[in-house]
Amino acid sequence: MTLLTLEAVTARYGASQALFGIDLTVAEGEVVAMMGRNGMGKSTTVKAICRMLPAGGRLVFDGHDLTRLYSHQAARLGIGLVPEGRRCFRDLTVEENLIVAARAGHWDLGRIGDLFPRLAERRGQRAATLSGGEQQMLAIGRALMTNPRLLILDEATEGLAPLIRAEIWAAIARLKTETGLAILVIDKSLKELRQVSDRAVLVARGQVAWEGPMAALDAETSERHVGV
Amino acid sequence: MSREGYVNAALIAGLIGVPLWAHVAGEPFTITLATRAVIFALAAVGLNLALGLGGLVSLGHAVFFGIGGYAMGILAFHAQTYTPMFPDWLNIEGTKSMPVIWLVAVVSSALAALVIGLLSLRTSGVYFIMITLAFGQMFYYFAISWRAYGGEDGMSIYLRNSFPGLNTLDPIQFYGLCFVLLCAALWLTARIARAPFGLLLNAARQVPHRVETVGLDGQRAKLVAFVISGAITGLAGALFADLNRFVSPTMFSWHMSGEIMIFVILGGVARLFGPVAGAVLFVAMEHVLGDLWDHWHILLGLLLLGVVLFARGGVIGLLAGKARTHD
Repeated sequence: MTLLTLEAVTARYGASQALFGIDLTVAEGEVVAMMGRNGMGKSTTVKAICRMLPAGGRLVFDGHDLTRLYSHQAARLGIGLVPEGRRCFRDLTVEENLIVAARAGHWDLGRIGDLFPRLAERRGQRAATLSGGEQQMLAIGRALMTNPRLLILDEATEGLAPLIRAEIWAAIARLKTETGLAILVIDKSLKELRQVSDRAVLVARGQVAWEGPMAALDAETSERHVGV
Repeated sequence: MSREGYVNAALIAGLIGVPLWAHVAGEPFTITLATRAVIFALAAVGLNLALGLGGLVSLGHAVFFGIGGYAMGILAFHAQTYTPMFPDWLNIEGTKSMPVIWLVAVVSSALAALVIGLLSLRTSGVYFIMITLAFGQMFYYFAISWRAYGGEDGMSIYLRNSFPGLNTLDPIQFYGLCFVLLCAALWLTARIARAPFGLLLNAARQVPHRVETVGLDGQRAKLVAFVISGAITGLAGALFADLNRFVSPTMFSWHMSGEIMIFVILGGVARLFGPVAGAVLFVAMEHVLGDLWDHWHILLGLLLLGVVLFARGGVIGLLAGKARTHD
């Protein structure tokens, strides 16, 4: 069953148009990789889905018209966002960062600690004092604590050390196999994306340039639209 | 106990010990000074909830202080003159009962905070400061023109209002009442800060738009905090009017808003006992330095400058070290 549907979605920053009619679907339990070069509209698409940016076109999540909702209302429907740049609540502890987002459901403090043991070890530590990788884990944990039906990861491994990246990709793989959560993941790590994703959507100049099963994405297409 | 805990305990001990000593030593003026400090502290505890937790720099909290004051003044005026309020349509009698006056002060301040907050929270930063200041001035000029209740001259209440079982004219007993209310407000603030609502406020202050992406309405949380904040400051206004047995438009003035903010900044923004330390320091300076030099506000200004430049955690920050939350 289709969870998220975007049809001819447009968005602009002032006079500058960023999206020129994005079409995208994510089904329940599906992992979709969204890729593209910098400035092509990936993060803008995420902002449009999460209602952080006014958007035209049709945006539907689980039968609800997203264009009528505020950002927090979209999140309450079950859209969990791990934003680019992490943006943890720096003055709150790890545990407080998780508690503040908590909604009833599968994910609780114990399960987050099981997914990211580093967070469990630092539960009383202020978010500002965590390493970049730990903050990223916290941002994922915080989004999971909202018990979303769709998790959106926007550049979740950008700028992290290889070991930490591996931990985060392992966690994403666990989310897919153990919980069946629908995931929209924006990243440039093609190798890892191939391992976790069912489908790929390549974005170029505010439009979908290629879309299909991940297995069908060939090297030439990815080189042309993603640069890797 | 943490270092800040010891500092807070010392402050509480001072607020209990000094008035008791003054009572035994027959120094009622010292008790009155302590009462003034405690009431100012209560007003600042209210502002600290909005400013410290919610990051709302309100320069209009005198509105709530004044509403609390006028709630007391109007109710007591009608009680002492045996005249009904709004005789044409409601015909309500006044009262000299403190609990009733406090209730009216808290509810009317909260309602005003709700309306002002709904409008002001559509803005942020310097615009929020200006719109709250503008509301303060509106109320100030309204009070000046409200001749039924003294206009620019304000009005006197000849007898302090009553509280069941207490002689409120006895300085130490009235002080005790104010002190208990301050403790209750501090307890409420501490509870709010630790509750999920407090965490949300804190988070909304740090990264305003991100709380929305986890399904939380930061704006609504700020509005609720602003309303609670206004209600606490309103209660302080009612007590202040009872302390002086006098209300006037100056309770609404931007000077008053500025002073309440000074208490918070001097003591330490977002520190639980910051407003208490700030108000005590302010009243002590006003009394000691005011006796020595008419222009003591210059010294206060220098102190404030020093705090802002070198000790952003205020007095509490200096004594107890850096806070976990922002300074």
